[in-house]
Amino acid sequence: MPVDILMPALSPTMEKGNLAKWLKKEGDTIKSGDVLAEIETDKATMEVEAVDEGVLAKILVPDGSADVPVNQVIGIITQEGEDASSIKAPAAAKPVAAAPVPSQAAAAAPTPLASKPNGAAPAGKLFASPLARRLAKQAGLDLALISGSGPRGRIIERDVRAAEKAGPQVKPAAASAAVAPVGMSDETVKKFFEPGSYEEVPHDGMRKTIARRLVEAKQTIPHFYLSVDCELDALLSLREQINKSAPLSKEGKPLFKISVNDFIIKALAVALQRVPDANATWTEAAMLKHRHSDVGVAVSIPGGLITPVIRKAETKSLPIISNEMKDYAARAKARKLKPSEYEGGTTAVSNLGMFGIKNFSAVINPPHATILAVGAGEQRVIVKNGAPAVATVMSVTLSTDHRAVDGALGAELISAFKKLIEAPIGMLV
Amino acid sequence: MVSTTVREALRDAMAEEMRRDGDVFVMGEEVAEYQGAYKITQGLLQEFGDRRVVDTPITEHGFAGLGAGAAMAGLKPIVEFMTFNFAMQAMDQIINSAAKTLYMSGGQMGCPIVFRGPNGAAARVGAQHSQDYSAWYSSVPGLKVVAPYTAADAKGLLKSAIRDPNPVIFLENEILYGQHFDVPQLEDFTVPIGKARVARAGTDVTIVSFSIGMTYALKAAELLQAEGIEAEVIDLRTLRPMDTDTILASVKKTGRCVTVEEGWAQSGIGAEIIARVMEGAFDYLDAPVIRVTGKDVPMPYAANLEKLALPTAADVVQAVKAVCYK
Repeated sequence: MPVDILMPALSPTMEKGNLAKWLKKEGDTIKSGDVLAEIETDKATMEVEAVDEGVLAKILVPDGSADVPVNQVIGIITQEGEDASSIKAPAAAKPVAAAPVPSQAAAAAPTPLASKPNGAAPAGKLFASPLARRLAKQAGLDLALISGSGPRGRIIERDVRAAEKAGPQVKPAAASAAVAPVGMSDETVKKFFEPGSYEEVPHDGMRKTIARRLVEAKQTIPHFYLSVDCELDALLSLREQINKSAPLSKEGKPLFKISVNDFIIKALAVALQRVPDANATWTEAAMLKHRHSDVGVAVSIPGGLITPVIRKAETKSLPIISNEMKDYAARAKARKLKPSEYEGGTTAVSNLGMFGIKNFSAVINPPHATILAVGAGEQRVIVKNGAPAVATVMSVTLSTDHRAVDGALGAELISAFKKLIEAPIGMLV
Repeated sequence: MVSTTVREALRDAMAEEMRRDGDVFVMGEEVAEYQGAYKITQGLLQEFGDRRVVDTPITEHGFAGLGAGAAMAGLKPIVEFMTFNFAMQAMDQIINSAAKTLYMSGGQMGCPIVFRGPNGAAARVGAQHSQDYSAWYSSVPGLKVVAPYTAADAKGLLKSAIRDPNPVIFLENEILYGQHFDVPQLEDFTVPIGKARVARAGTDVTIVSFSIGMTYALKAAELLQAEGIEAEVIDLRTLRPMDTDTILASVKKTGRCVTVEEGWAQSGIGAEIIARVMEGAFDYLDAPVIRVTGKDVPMPYAANLEKLALPTAADVVQAVKAVCYK
C-alpha cells in the first residue's frame, strides 16, 4: 500500500504552512525517522520525519510552496515492489478531521492538547459530549480552554464541572489565536435580573449587524486615536457667505444650505487626497490604496445607525455634498437606502456635536482605515500670540487602523484636515 | 402480595379472563390434555372444557390462521406457540392477517387476539429454538408487543392484552417461568400496556431493559452500587408502543444510558432506544449510549459457548463504567 505523506499541523491552530524544502528526492529510500522535509510557519521551521519505510515515490508539493493546507498530501511513499508510476496525485486536500495527523507533528506541538490522556483530538477538532457543551454554554465557559478527560480528549460533564469550580478561565497564548472569546450566555446574563423586571425585545437584522461588525472591528482592528482642536471662525464666516449667496429656486427658497458637517466631509476627503497613503484599506495580502475619497457619514436612525457613503467626495462641490447628504439622511430614516449606498467607503465621519459632545472616539467601520469623531463647535478661551482670546473651537479625534496607517501618517492626515478647516478656502480650490 | 411464579401468574391471568368473558379461549399445541408444554395452561381444560381449551395439530400456520379468523369474527383467542421460534411458520397470519386488518378494513374489522409463548434463549435448545423476536415484532405497526419480566407484570399485562382490541404479541421467557415474584392480591389486577416501570431509582446512569434482560440489569445495578455508581433501571415491559417518555426523563436526569437485551444488536430494541434517546435527549448525553446484547451469531448448542453468546451482569457493569468514564 502506498502511504500518503500529509502536511503536518505544527500547532493546534495551524491551518496552512509553507513547504520550505524537501530533504529527500523522488526515488530515495526512506527509513522510519528520516527527515523528509522542512515546514515553515510564521513562527517556526519544523522537520517532517518519516513514520513509514519505503521509497519516496512522488513529491506532490514542490519546494517553496506557500500556504499548503494541513493534511494535504504532499508526497507518497511506496513499499518495495510497488509501482510508483501508477500513482495519481489526489485532487484535493483531505478533510481535516478525517485524516490523522502524523505523529511527529503532534509530538512537536507544545500545546495544552498534548497533555490530554487517551490521545488527543485531531488538530482543529474539539470533542465534547452534548451534555458538556450544554453545561459549558450555560456557565459561559469556553470549551476550547477546557481539557477533556474522556476518550480522544473528549470534554465530558465532569471536566466542565471542574472548570466551573476552578473559576474564570485564563486563555493560554497558544490557543488564543484560534478561539474567539465567547461572552456570557443569554441565560447567565438574564440571571442577573429578576424575571419580569425587563422587557425582552428580539434583535432585528440591523441590531445584529451592528453588534457583529463592531465586535469584529474592535477585536480585529488595532485602533489608536489622534485628537486635535480646530478653530472654526473662518469656516463659519465662509459658510455664512456661501449660504447667503445661494441662488433661489422658483419658490424663492435657497437651492442649498451648507452645514458645518458638509465642510467636514469635504475637508476629510481633500485631506485624504493630500495624504494619499492614509486613504487605504488593510487586507492580509496587500494594502489597497484608494484613488478616491469615499466618505461614509454615520446617520442615527431609530433602532440603530447607518453609514451612507459620499463617493468621490473630493470631486464634489459643497452644495452637491450637502444635497446628497440631505437625501441620504431622509432615506436612511425611512430605511430606504440601497446596499450600494452604504457599503464600502474609505473613511467615515461620526458627528455628535449636535448633542454637545466635546470629544469622543469612534469605532472604525471596516473596510475603512480611519474614522473621524467630531465634537461640538463651541466658544473657548484660547491663547493667541501670548494673550487670551475667544475662538469657536471644535475637537476632533481620528481613530486609525494601525495596520494600514501608522501614527505619523495619521498625524499628517489630521493636520491636513485641521489646516483645511481653519483655512476653508483651501478646500474650494 | 402473594409470592407467585411467572408460570402461575400467566395461568391465573388466562383463567381470570376466561371466567370474566366467554369469548376468550386458548388454543395451541399441547395446551389441553398435556396441560401445556411448559404447564402454563395447567388446569384450564378441567375448568373450561375442550371447547375453550383446544389442542391443535403441529401446524402453526394453520392454527394461527384459525385464531386470526376467530378474532375477526368476534371471539378473543389466545394462541399459544410452544416457542416463538415456530411462530415464523405463522408469520403471514400474524403480520398480514392479524396486524394489518384494522388498517386495511378502514377500521371496520379488528383482530383482538393474543399470540403468546416463550421467546428467546432457554438452555441448550440450539439456534433454531433460541431466537429473540422482540425487535422483529416491535417494528410492525398494528401490533402491540409486550415482554414482561416480573410475575406481577406477566399477570397484569396478559389480562390487559386479552382485553385489548388489537393483536398483541406476548413474549414470555422460559427461564423466567419458574421464578417467584410478589403479585398483588386484587380482585382484578391489570397493568396498562405501553407503560415502562422504574424498577430501581438511581442518579448516575440509566439501564433500560426488559424480560430476562432485567436480571442482568438489576444484578449489575447491585454490583455497581458497591462501587458507588447509582444506576436507574427501567423495565420497558411493553416494547410497542415504547414508553419513550419514561426513558427520556431518566436519561435527562442521569446523562448516560446502557441498554440490555438478549437479542442481537443490529436493528435491535437497544438500537431503537438509542435512536429515541438521541432524538429526544441529545443535549443531555454525556457519553454515547452503549448496547449490551447477545452476540452476533446463531445461538450455539454447547453450554459453554451458549453462555458466552448471552449477555452477563459483568458485561452490563463494564458498559456502565464506560459511559460513566470510570
